[in-house]
Order: sequence, then structure tokens, then C-alpha cells
Amino acid sequence: MSEAVEPARREATVRVFRGEDRASGGFVDYTVPVDPGMVVLDVMFRVQQMRAPDLAVRWNCKAGKCGSCSAEVNGRPRLMCMTRLSSLPATEPITVAPMATFPLVRDLVTDVSFNYEKARTFPNVKLAPPGPDGKRRMYQEEVDRVQEFHKCIECFLCQNVCHVIRDHEENKAAYSGPRFFVKMAALEMHPLDTHSRVEMLRAKHGLGLCNITKCCTEVCPESIRITDNAIIPLKERVVSEYYDPLAWVKRRIFGEKEPAAPAER
Amino acid sequence: MATTALPAQRRALRRDLWWLEPLLIVVGLGLFVVYAFVTGVQTKGYHYAPYLSPFASPCISANCETFSFGRALLPAWFPPAFFVVWIPVAFRATCYFLRRSYYRAFFWSPPACAVPDARSAYKGETAFPFILQNVHRYAWYLAALLWVVDVYDALLAFRFPAGFGIGLGSVLMTLDVVFLGLYVFSCHSCRYLCGGYLDRFHGRPFPYRVWSTVSRLNTRHGVFFWLSILFVVLTDLYIRLLVSGAITDPRIVFG
Amino acid sequence: MSVQPRAEHDERTYDVIVIGGGGAGLRAAIEATSQGAKTAVVCKSLFGKAHTVMAEGGMAAALRNVWPEDGWDVHFRDTMRGGKLLGNWRMAQIHAQESPDRVLELEEWGAMFDRTPDGLILQRDFGGHRYARLAHVGDRTGLELIRTLQYRAIELGIDVLMECNIQRLLMDDGHVAGAFGYWRQTGRYILLRAKAIVLATGGAGRSWRVTTNSWESTGDGLRLALEAGAELMDIEFVQFHPTGMVWPLSVRGLLVTEGVRGDGGTLKNKDGERFMFRYIPEFFKAETADNAAEADRWYEDKKNNRRTPDLLPRDEVARAINSEVKAGRGTPHGGVWLDIASRRSADYIKRRLPSMYVQFKELADVDITKEAFEIGPTCHYFMGGIRVDADSTATTVRGLFAAGECAAGLHGANRLGGNSLSDLVVFGRRAGLHAAQFAAAQRAPGAVDPTELDAAVARMRAPLERQGGEDPYAIQSDLQDTMQDLVGLIRTQSELDEALVRIRSYRERLSRVSAPGAARYNPGWNLALDLESMLTVSEAVTRAASLRKESRGGHTRDDFPKADPEWAKVNVVVRRTDGELALQTEPLPQMPAELSEIVTGEGKATAAAAPHTT
Repeated sequence: MSEAVEPARREATVRVFRGEDRASGGFVDYTVPVDPGMVVLDVMFRVQQMRAPDLAVRWNCKAGKCGSCSAEVNGRPRLMCMTRLSSLPATEPITVAPMATFPLVRDLVTDVSFNYEKARTFPNVKLAPPGPDGKRRMYQEEVDRVQEFHKCIECFLCQNVCHVIRDHEENKAAYSGPRFFVKMAALEMHPLDTHSRVEMLRAKHGLGLCNITKCCTEVCPESIRITDNAIIPLKERVVSEYYDPLAWVKRRIFGEKEPAAPAER
Repeated sequence: MATTALPAQRRALRRDLWWLEPLLIVVGLGLFVVYAFVTGVQTKGYHYAPYLSPFASPCISANCETFSFGRALLPAWFPPAFFVVWIPVAFRATCYFLRRSYYRAFFWSPPACAVPDARSAYKGETAFPFILQNVHRYAWYLAALLWVVDVYDALLAFRFPAGFGIGLGSVLMTLDVVFLGLYVFSCHSCRYLCGGYLDRFHGRPFPYRVWSTVSRLNTRHGVFFWLSILFVVLTDLYIRLLVSGAITDPRIVFG
Repeated sequence: MSVQPRAEHDERTYDVIVIGGGGAGLRAAIEATSQGAKTAVVCKSLFGKAHTVMAEGGMAAALRNVWPEDGWDVHFRDTMRGGKLLGNWRMAQIHAQESPDRVLELEEWGAMFDRTPDGLILQRDFGGHRYARLAHVGDRTGLELIRTLQYRAIELGIDVLMECNIQRLLMDDGHVAGAFGYWRQTGRYILLRAKAIVLATGGAGRSWRVTTNSWESTGDGLRLALEAGAELMDIEFVQFHPTGMVWPLSVRGLLVTEGVRGDGGTLKNKDGERFMFRYIPEFFKAETADNAAEADRWYEDKKNNRRTPDLLPRDEVARAINSEVKAGRGTPHGGVWLDIASRRSADYIKRRLPSMYVQFKELADVDITKEAFEIGPTCHYFMGGIRVDADSTATTVRGLFAAGECAAGLHGANRLGGNSLSDLVVFGRRAGLHAAQFAAAQRAPGAVDPTELDAAVARMRAPLERQGGEDPYAIQSDLQDTMQDLVGLIRTQSELDEALVRIRSYRERLSRVSAPGAARYNPGWNLALDLESMLTVSEAVTRAASLRKESRGGHTRDDFPKADPEWAKVNVVVRRTDGELALQTEPLPQMPAELSEIVTGEGKATAAAAPHTT
């Protein structure tokens, strides 16, 4: 058993964004006492208890399992509950800002409904019928790949950091973002699923807008290898269906018939 | 309690050295491109028997110093490297790892995570020219073929006039094909082609095993990218130094 | 017919509203929608973030994939015995019979459980379960369950009202007519009119200092039910999970899954002694190994050895840990050691318990693949809750149903690990089904009395309008200390009396509470309103604990350390009359003879019971 070795930080100064909109709001400094082992979310609680009872912070499990307390700590998208003070420089204030990609509700809380709307735009799993003995069989080697995607806690940090929508508001309509590429990869690679969402990924979900700069992978608190294991394999599936030169030539010659339309739900 | 006015959205709040990685990429790739251009336009100095620079392999034009397949297959219009260099260029330019690197370092879209994009309009890989990235798989087929030729060159590098032997050049050429191989076969497209396209692995032990191996290599794809570049350059440089007479090749020949 | 209160509010009308967006709530909503009812789910947080995600180890169901000897009867027996025979036999029977179908249904909707070599759902060992029975996904089964239900709900197009907090149920002539609350994001009020309401609000563990529960678990549903005229039962039984983190302080109470022990972890005191062998109760002697050699052999050969006492039911293990610490044999930070590193390889641990590995690595700088780690009891689960009919989940109020942790009955005096997730889907489904059927029989939602809305608005607005009153955070903190110190794992009369006095003083302070700021996403205000539920439930727990003068399951009395056969025959029932809580004991329903034979047939449950289908 090793004791946490940390500098003896007795108090911490946090520079927290306060306000109901980004234009009029600003950063406010709070200094509160801290204990060893604390995470940034603990400091937010101290601020609520001692300085600003109405400081808006969204959180739930405080264990890195629910994905509610996403924010930008010192400019990096993080879960506040999993960011220990000892991992941050003690010499300067800790900046805590709301996620930049989503509309602000108040203080550190953003309106993440973009994600819940996108979640409704693709068909859910539809399994092949069970085997002759009435049982469905899947094997660990094929389930492993999908289980990685199922680790997603929907913290939306990947959506937040993705420059396609973070810096280009106009892309929001045509782009579903890393979270939903992960979700659709899980569905596409499901050993028993019968839908195909490949053409839909290209045409409707903006898979091609992703330029695989891997920031989603960098910020994922569940260490899902979003780009390598979900997005790129999906891009490859799109290549097979859509950019295969032979298929393309065939489409040109025999008319504009696009690849088979994905089954709608 | 002081209020610091900072517009929260458009400004990067990161205070770490986020610019370091793109800078290193610019320097590293820049050096390589310059070196590759300088060496690629040479018509001589890439062959020091039994070594052939990977830049000039396979040597198939009439102005070659040696012929990979015994005779010239093409007329002597350009420096020998020109006839094949488009294959590695196409493969590397569309490589998923390199795309990540140059979109960040050269196009600044984005320069680093949570740092704003440099440009206001963005179409990603949905429009020309970047839609061409989708040919990566086809470039991979060619690159894999080219690698076979490189392996052949590396084998020849052990055949000295007096018989079988090992020189520093043979070692370098071997390392070069090893890292090139690791790079080519850790490719994301390769990973897809050898099993990633399947939804079910059960009952398909061979594709599953190959896919698993490639998947493991794939986690190091970036490392192999840089190592393979490093050894291509080192091998070429070494051969050019031998040709220029600046150094001699330490070797053991078994006769 | 529309109502016109003075405060501006949104209004929506449904057949069924489900209050609570966890596993039970979502399963209820899915079922109600499938029955054709226009349904909405109200979540206090974002969609898919409920406390269900904290369930780690698995969901119990006698699927017989690993042990063909298992069957619903064995599961039934384990559940009843684990609950110290205080559980509702009919609920335990339904639960054991229906849970396999509910698990398979989740698979149909996309859940991906770990697999056996034959491609079926793998099952893991857990405390109190005779056979390896828990379908699981590593150590994040709850997440898998809620995500699966979430996307199923999306597929069905169910309305989800996120970050919406219900503060009052509205009644019309003895049956429910709707619910009233506010949107946390805007502070606007919302009126939901409905023909039937399902409560699935979870527990109230937030009132303890050391807890696995988030800010949400304030027991809103329990208060709403009491106020609507329904009854609570078994509320004195609060489960303290034996293994929560104890250090650093900031994560004290954070859950460490029972899967650690199920997969080979053993408990040790500061002297390295495997102390659990000293705490095997008579009741479980026959099926528990009494020496380390046999316990060790059990991990490799489960057929010919008895199981390790590390996997006794949670109440036994929590009490044993507490005793060790009290006797001065605890670890530096007041817990005991849990050691899996000396039995299992690093690879095995990382594969089976990935989030435990990360949790300790990130939050405590401890590598559980290399060293033992400190754990101690933490408030985890409410066995008690709203009293419901076993088959229909109906409360005593017409049109009001309850399922999941907020309902009582299934778990009796102590819940077995893994029985919660299956409880959620088995009774969540039944709640949705019966609520939809009830709604279909009504012509229209009941009438809403505008003065009731005015009263609700006035109560909700008061903390915002009051200046310089009591601080809600301070009241909550004091309450947590009181419940932790005086109504914790071990209870005694004088402390319970003291707790009651203090809770009443908090209630008085709550009447003067003030929350600075506006209504828009104001956690201070939200807490001020939730305190009402926390205090109501805390009072109910304390008084019920004070009434039950024996020790049983999750309720341990220092002054009455033994189980009393007379108390085995009754439940404590709580009602609200004239604004005050009233408690009384009521006899347990009589178990049919054939079932009681299964329970008492010490380790001889009929192993070959016919598979049950619904």
C-alpha cells in the first residue's frame, strides 16, 4: 500500500467560469482549503459549500462511471471527478471552464441535447434469429471488440473536443461525432446484428468530415481507442461499399444507383 | 474575488506545451521531404554493390546503375527514383497516422486538442482533395508489392562477389525492410483487409489470428512510420557515403 | 380541461409517467410504451446517468449456463435466506422465475455479456448465491444495462424529460392525477398530467456520510409516495456494502465491487489473518468453508469444496469488518485489507475488473494487481421502500406503482449482490405493464386542483425568496454525520433517540432555509428542496430502526444483538397521517408450504426444477 505522495497543498485557487452566457460571463477566482487526494470536483463542492452555493456543476457518481462532470480543466477536456489536484501544477490557479462545443446553461453546465438528438438518428440493433436450439451464441473473441465500445460512459468529451463541431458550428447538422461513431461501430460489428449503417454513416452522419486527428481518443476517460478501433474501421467499410473503384465505375456506367439503402428502423 | 474577463469559447485555455508536438512533426517531416527530394533527383550514387538504396528500388529505367530485374523496363526519361517513388508517396500521404500528423502540424485543423482550428471553413475528407484519402487501401496493395521487392534487395545485399557475407550495409538494408514491413503490415487498411471486415470471428480462426496480430502491430503504427523513415534515410545515406568514398563498408564475407 | 395557477408552467399529458430514469424506470417505460401507453420518463439527471451505472458485479438469473444444477428454486431459496426470511415470498418467486427471460431480452436489445466458451452468457460467483449465477460485463454490468435500456427507449421514441425534478404528486379523489416539479436547467415549473404513475426513484443513501450514492439518491419517491397516501415497509433495513474505498478521504465510500471477492479476493486484517472464518453464522455453516485450505480449494474446485466465507451475504461481511476494526485489527485508515493480487495474475485482474484497477490507480495511487488495498463498509442500498403488491407492483394508492430500489419486499432484511439489477428489470417490466393496463382503463387523467399547484409553487419558491436563512449544504452535512454516527451499521436505542431529536431540529432549520441566486440550474436551491425527502426518509429509517428490537440482516442493534423469532413474523410499515409519520407492525404474508420447503430444506433445494417460462 503506497501513500499518495503529493506536495503539501493546503489550499487551492480555482478560476471558474461563471455566467449564463459566454459573452457576459467570466472567470472568478475562489480559494478554498483542500485535503490530500482531492479531485477537482471536490474543490467545486468546497466552493459551493463555502463561497458560492449556487455554482452550477453537473455531477452524479463521482467515480468516473456516469460521465456527468465533463469540463475543461486547465484547457483540457476532463472529468472533474477523475482529475486529481496532485496532477495539476500547484503554482498557478486551476482553470475550470464549461465544455466549449455546447450551448451554456450556466457556469460549468452546458446543454448537451445535441447528443441526445443525434442518438435518435440511426437504427438500433436487430438480431438474427436464435439458433436451432433456441439459443443465441456469440463468442468472447468477437464480443471483445464490441465490449470496448460499450465502455462508453457518454461524457461527451469526445464530442466536445472534436474540432469538426467545436470550431465549426455549421457542421453540427451533418455530423454525428465520435460518440456516435463508436456507437455505430458497436452496432456494425455486432456479431448478430442484421442492419447495415455503412452508407448512412457516409451520407447522413458525416463520417467523412472526421480527419482522424485523434483528439477524441486523447480525451476519452474510458481509454476507448475511438479513432483506431471505431472510426477508421468504419471508414474502411465505407471505402468497400462506396469508394471501391470498380464499384464506382459500375455506378457511373450503369446509372446513379447508390449502394443498397440501409434498412430503416 | 477577482473577475477575469476571458471569452470562454474562442481561446485556447491550455497552458501546457501543446505546440511542441506539431513543431516536432513539422521539423521531422520537413527534414525528410527535403532529404528525399535531394536524393530522389540524383541520377547516380544510389548503388554500391551489392547494396541498392531503397529510394531507387526497384531500379527499372534505362539510366539505372543496376537493374533490379536484370534489364531496363522503361526508357531513361527521369532520375530512376521517379518511376517508383509515387507508390510510397501515395501510401504514406494517405496513411491514417500521417494524416493525423499533418492535419495537425501543417493544416492546423486543429493544431492540438482543444486549440482552435486555424481556418474558418472545413469540409474534412468529404471534398476534393482530401476525399482522395479513401484510396489508401489501393496504395497499400502497391506498397506491399514494393516491400516484396525491398525484401529481395535486402537478400541480394548479402551476396558479395566472393560469396555470402554480411556488411554493415546488409544489416542496414535488413533493418530497413523489417521496419518497412512492420509499417506496411501494421496499416489500418491492412488490418481491415485481413479480418477487420468480418463481424464474426468464431469459426474463422485464421483471419482472427492474423487480424489480432495486425491489431497489436497497429497500436505502434506511428512508431513504425518514423522508424521506417529513419532507416530508409540511414540506408540511403550510408550507400551514398560509400559511393562517395567517404567511408568504407565493414564486412565479413564467408566466400 | 386546463388549470390556471398563478405561476407560469409547462404542461404535458401522458397515459403513464415514470419518475426515475434508472434501470427500473426505463424498463417500466419500455413496457408501458410497448403496451400502447403514451409514456414519459422523468430523470433527475441526464438520460442514462442514473445510479444504476454504479452496479458493477452483475445481474443474478438462473440461466444455467455455467451450472445446470441451478434453477429458479435455488435462486428463490438463496434470495429468501439472504433476506433473513423477511422477504416477500411471492416477489422472490417471481424474481427468480422471470429474471432469466429479462436477461435474454437485454441481449436481444443489444447488451453484450461476457461469454462462456460455448458462446452463451457467462455467469460469475457472488456472495450468498449458491451457484455462479451473475450475468456480467467485466465490472460494469450496470452501465451495460442502462445503456441497453436507454437505446431501446430511444428506439421506441419514448419521451425523456431530463434534469426534471418532481416535487409533488397530484391526487384526484384518491387516485393519482399527475406530478408537479421543475426543470433544473431553467427553473421553470412543469405539470405532468397522467392516468398512472410509476415511481422508480431509487434509494436514499445520500443521507449518510460514507456512501456509494450520488446527490440524486435522496429518497424523493419514498416521500412522494408517503405524501400521496402510500406506505413504506422494511425501511429500517439499509445495506452497508462491505467493500467501499476508505482512502483517500475524498473517495471514502466509493464502491468496490463484490466481484473482487467473487473473482478471488480475500479479506485480511492488519495481522494478515483471514478473519472471516471467525464470523460464519450458524445459518450458513453447512455451506461455508471453515478453514483456509478448503476455501482456497473452492476457487479451483467448486463442486467438492464449500465456498469461502469472504462471500457470505453482505450484512455478515460488513459486520465482521466493523468488528475487526473496532477490535483494533484494522488498517491505517480504519478499514481492512482486500487482497486479490496474491491469488490472481495482473492480466486476469485487469481483464475481469478493469474499472476497479483504474479506480484505485487513478484515485488512490494503488495498484490492485500488486498489493492489497483498504476497504470498509459504505452505505449502499435500501432494502425497504414503498410497499407494493407482489404481482402488479401497485401501491395502496390507485394508479401509483413502484419498482426497483424504491420498492420494498423482494430483498427482505438484506439484499444479495446481483439481485438488484435483475429486480430492476423484472419488476420494472411488471410496473410498466400494470401501469399501462391501469391507464387504459381510465378515460382521462384526473382533475388537477390549482390551489395544490399554488401550494407546491409557494413551497418550492420559498428558499429562493428567503434571505440569509439556513444553509442547505450545512443541514445536509449535519444530517449525514447524524445518520452515519447514530443510524449506521450498528444501532442502539439511545443513539437512535438522539438521532431523532437531531433530525427534528434539522426539519426546523429546513423551514428557514435559503438558497441565494436564481432558479436556473441552482444546486443550492435543488438541495434545499431535496432535503425535504432526505429528512422524511431519515426519520422513517430511524423510527423503524428504533421499533425493531432485534438484529436481522441490514439492521443490527447493539442492545438486541440476536434475531428474534417474533420479529421474523412482521414487517414495520410506515404511513403518513395528519402530516406525521405513523409506524406499526404487520404480519408477513404466509408462504405456501411447497415454497417454504425449498427454503428450509437446508442446501437441498430441488436442483432439477423445471425451467420456468413466462
